[in-house]
Amino acid sequence: MKIISVAYKNLKRKKIRTVLTVGGVAVAVAVLVSLFGFDAGYQNGLNKDIDKLGYHLLVTAKGCPYEAATLMLQGGGGLRYMDDAVYKRIIQDPRIDKITPQLVSSVYNQEGGPQNRGSFALYMGIEKSYIELKPWSKFKSGGWFSGQDADEAIMGYEAAELEQRLVGDQIFVSGINKVLTVKGIFQRTGTQDDGITFVPLATAQRIFNLPGKLTGIGIKLKNIQQIGEFEESLYNEPGIQVISLAQVRGTILNLVASAKAMANSIALIAIFIAVIGVTNTILMSVFERTREIGVMKALGASALDIFKIIWAETVLICVFGGLFGVIFASAGSALVEKIIRHTLPYAPSGKLVLIKPEFLLIAFFSTVAMGLIAGTYPALRASLMKPVEAIRAGE
Amino acid sequence: MKECVIKANKLTKAYRLLAEDIYAVRDVSLEIVEGDFIAIMGPSGSGKTTLLDSLGCLTTITSGSLSILGKDVSQAKENILVSMRRKYLGFVFQDFLLIPTLTAIENVQLPLLFARMPQRDRQAKELLGRVGLGKRINHLPKELSGGEKQRVAIARALITSPKILFADEPTGNLDTKSSEDIFGLLADLNKNENLTVILTTHNPKLGSRAVRVIYLNDGRIVSREDSSLYI
Repeated sequence: MKIISVAYKNLKRKKIRTVLTVGGVAVAVAVLVSLFGFDAGYQNGLNKDIDKLGYHLLVTAKGCPYEAATLMLQGGGGLRYMDDAVYKRIIQDPRIDKITPQLVSSVYNQEGGPQNRGSFALYMGIEKSYIELKPWSKFKSGGWFSGQDADEAIMGYEAAELEQRLVGDQIFVSGINKVLTVKGIFQRTGTQDDGITFVPLATAQRIFNLPGKLTGIGIKLKNIQQIGEFEESLYNEPGIQVISLAQVRGTILNLVASAKAMANSIALIAIFIAVIGVTNTILMSVFERTREIGVMKALGASALDIFKIIWAETVLICVFGGLFGVIFASAGSALVEKIIRHTLPYAPSGKLVLIKPEFLLIAFFSTVAMGLIAGTYPALRASLMKPVEAIRAGE
Repeated sequence: MKECVIKANKLTKAYRLLAEDIYAVRDVSLEIVEGDFIAIMGPSGSGKTTLLDSLGCLTTITSGSLSILGKDVSQAKENILVSMRRKYLGFVFQDFLLIPTLTAIENVQLPLLFARMPQRDRQAKELLGRVGLGKRINHLPKELSGGEKQRVAIARALITSPKILFADEPTGNLDTKSSEDIFGLLADLNKNENLTVILTTHNPKLGSRAVRVIYLNDGRIVSREDSSLYI
């Protein structure tokens, strides 16, 4: 028989209380791991999304930077337009490697979406330079538009899946009563492009009745070091704003910072409650066993022996809580991801909650350390009991 | 000549209660030799249990002197008292005070854990066999009768081979038959193994079977009987 088995058997005495305390610790650990995972996953996803944009800068009409950031990453947001004269001026700059004009428009389709409840379909007018900026965009079937003003569309992978379209099919753009022929379908890219239907830029300007208008200009520079001075040179252009990758990253991170701060506070509270719960459980257990502790002392237990028994109980609770917590967090990461994705205004593609082994280890060992702290007071209290007073307690 | 295992001189134990000293044991002087079988008797509140606790190193004394097995423990610190209890003293209590989550054999082995001694399965089983519980070693205390629990408690007290066994009202919670059995068991241990036994009891019939009886009243020894003198 060892100290740990005496401690373990005691925890089994009040099973419900022990299970509830272990559960409290497990929840705190699961929250902690999920938060770590979310933090890493979100940053990772965001970086990938931004890298996959293919350009360093996005020029948009002046407006809300959050909208612009959303537009850049998701293709949606409140759309503002600028004249394509801006594009014609900027394109002259020798520092530019590649540049692509875009016109985004969303159309409400009454019969679209799940159960035909209606949905917004996103259209983007582009030129060939768009896929030159995104060399990973490959055709799954079909190919590029037959002309600069053709009534044709190239569908993103998911858009085509959702509408169940094949090359050669015709799609009806509701609202503007226009029919387009599917000329190509892109392979899955894991970006927002998967959900977009692309049309030639001139066609988009015509069918959406926005002649000479653009929503954005994507720019890739020859030398990324020049991004600062290039941005500065564009300040002379009236009615536009320039968003760099770093800005987008910062803007999006700002957007989720408050959500993360809230989640962090909840995690801290959960951990605090768990620590109090553990201390309370063990302290109650110590009070209930005052006579037993007294008798153990009479049987030769030193203060250190008693301290070790009580401490071992706390550590056991935290070890089990930690183990269940990391299991819950790993098993439930998909569910957490679903909830977060549903809640956030913008969630990057890819895995949003990235559970790394080091997170599990950090959370587990922090919990054990937490257990050691939580158990100190009850263990000290028990170890300092005088044998006679403890044995006679409650007589 | 028998070795003196306990020597107390003017042993006094007082408690502080509302700025007043309450004397539970006062000026008790006695000598107990190896193999003694002593019953401490007296009315409730006479100081029997406090005297037993003091002699058993469960508490420190207020004044006077006390030596156990030749070691002066009058002013000993807790670690010395722990060491004395661990090595030389065994305890049996009125309420048995077994650990409810441990089986009979685990209860018996518990003092070995504190004494940093090997678990001695065979010895623990033998001891339980000797107290008549050889077939109930894996039972939890709640599955045992009062008499059986006290037998486990006696086996537990004996596992570290103590020199002196202290029993505080060991038959206080038992029926007549079980009381006779437990008392008989203690008497056998005293007689056959030369174990020094010091117990407190209210039961005059059982008390009179001890070799020596010490009567306490208001914390003082009021009379002593030594049946060995009549032999």
